[in-house]
Amino acid sequence: MSTISREEVARLAGLARIDLTESELTRLAGELDVIVDSVAKVSEIATEDVAATSHPLPLTNVFRADVPEEPLPVADALAGAPSAEGGRFAVPQILEED
Amino acid sequence: MATQPSSDLTRRTAAQLSEALRAGEVTSVEVTQAHLDRIAAVDGAVHAFLHVSAEEALATAREVDARRAAGEELHPLAGVPIAVKDVVVTKGLPTTAGSKILEGWVPPYDATLVERLRAAGLPILGKTNMDEFAMGSSTEHSAYGTTHNPWDLDRIPGGSGGGSAAALAAYEAPLAIGTDTGGSIRQPGAVTGTVGVKPTYGGVSRYGLIALASSLDQAGPVTRTVLDSALLHEVIGGHDPRDATSLPEDLPGLVAAARAGQGGDLTGVRVGVVDELNGEGYQPGVRARFEESLELLRRAGAEVVHVSCPHFGHALAAYYLILPSEASSNLAKFDGMRFGLRVEPTEGTVTAERVMAATRGQGFGDEVKRRIILGTYALSAGYYDAYYGSAQKVRTLIQQDFAAAFEQADVLVSPTAPTTAFRLGEKLDDPLAMYLNDVATIPANLAGVPGMSVPNGLSEDGLPVGFQILAPARADDRLYRVGAALETLLEREWGGPLLNRAPELATEGTTR
Repeated sequence: MSTISREEVARLAGLARIDLTESELTRLAGELDVIVDSVAKVSEIATEDVAATSHPLPLTNVFRADVPEEPLPVADALAGAPSAEGGRFAVPQILEED
Repeated sequence: MATQPSSDLTRRTAAQLSEALRAGEVTSVEVTQAHLDRIAAVDGAVHAFLHVSAEEALATAREVDARRAAGEELHPLAGVPIAVKDVVVTKGLPTTAGSKILEGWVPPYDATLVERLRAAGLPILGKTNMDEFAMGSSTEHSAYGTTHNPWDLDRIPGGSGGGSAAALAAYEAPLAIGTDTGGSIRQPGAVTGTVGVKPTYGGVSRYGLIALASSLDQAGPVTRTVLDSALLHEVIGGHDPRDATSLPEDLPGLVAAARAGQGGDLTGVRVGVVDELNGEGYQPGVRARFEESLELLRRAGAEVVHVSCPHFGHALAAYYLILPSEASSNLAKFDGMRFGLRVEPTEGTVTAERVMAATRGQGFGDEVKRRIILGTYALSAGYYDAYYGSAQKVRTLIQQDFAAAFEQADVLVSPTAPTTAFRLGEKLDDPLAMYLNDVATIPANLAGVPGMSVPNGLSEDGLPVGFQILAPARADDRLYRVGAALETLLEREWGGPLLNRAPELATEGTTR
């Protein structure tokens, strides 16, 4: 059963913002097919009457004490950035021009 | 067993080092230097460390020695050095999570568990190797080269925390920190003949762990003895207001439970053998050692019963949907904007979106790309209910299996991993075969219950195997009682720790 085409992998890679080479696309399509075939067995026992669990030990209304804490100094936050300017992260242009 | 502490400081347990330090028999500088020397001598061959922080470790050691000399009351483990898995952020020490995308990154803050280590005065020897972002079972997916199993350097040390386990097995550190999302503490423990504990989900703060799958990740101790794990677990565990999933309750008495277990008496303890985690696919030597240990537990007074967890057969499939889904979201932050690698496309307009894609294409390794794409698929429109939704339902069924089993037994047991350490490269081209290594450890992560791997002897191939103990959520103390008892009983039979049978590593300057 072939469920994931090369084109589908390319679309997913676009959604995930990962540039893949041609050979990576081909290899991943084959590998993901095998993996998805195998993990699809979850649907065998996941019947409608079973509730979903998202968290192993759910806690509700979790608050910490309402006490101000020292924030991370700006210089520390920027220290690992690829580029910074004027106390801010410097990033490439967000919108494509024409 | 009351063995004399070794004259070689690197052969001692953390508990023995703690006693010697408190008695003034040795200094922390001596202990720390002995381990740094050992790292210099053997890590060329083992490659357990990505970064060695010798100066920082010695500075901490000097400070602890001075405070102790001044008569200050210190934490019992003060001055005992430790290695930290590279997925845990450490202020001022490079942290890569085994990925090129974080090469050279120095975090501006400490994880909560690291803060606790520092507050207790444990010198940090360095950062240990791992599969990239903890995705793997062999440490071969590290972007910085694989770690080698000290029992046989041509074999895998397990993963993802192969560096921490190998550091313990090679006597490069008396303690280490690991993280366990599907078995990354326990399975390396099994294949290197060391002890590893995955605490109850929320028992140790996740603040400052580079998240893989937030509903599964848990940090815990990597040691050579059960008592050492208990000592370390009590340092790093307990409530943290900076982690919204941190359990508010105090930890049960773990060191006390380990000491009680060392007596070797398990009268009245009900031990449940999980039938689904044994049998087909498990190496004969793994099964034989497991059966022998069950007999030891019986002789120690435990009542051994068989329990069935019928949905465990679907755990691996559920895990490989939930983990990639959560990982694809967690790893979105590696976008080349605020930290780590930035790659600009060589042609066309340099937009943020294209920089992200170029950065992630170059910075992530094969397994990370595989899992992000798989997670993106499982979460995408039209597939969500069939894959991620179904996997979450399986998670409910697995929790119900555990609940039913813990009505019949105080702890559940199984082999930790189906096989001993395989050869480097053997499963690298077959992702599914690699995923099967975690078949026995994954159910605990899905349900949030605690688990431990204890050395359980050697298989027919002369390589170590592990015995897994699982307990109900918040009952981590049971792991320590049963684990310490089994360790005591086994060491009586062996005449000492299993690691005594590991081959001596060649040290730098000598030939193998």
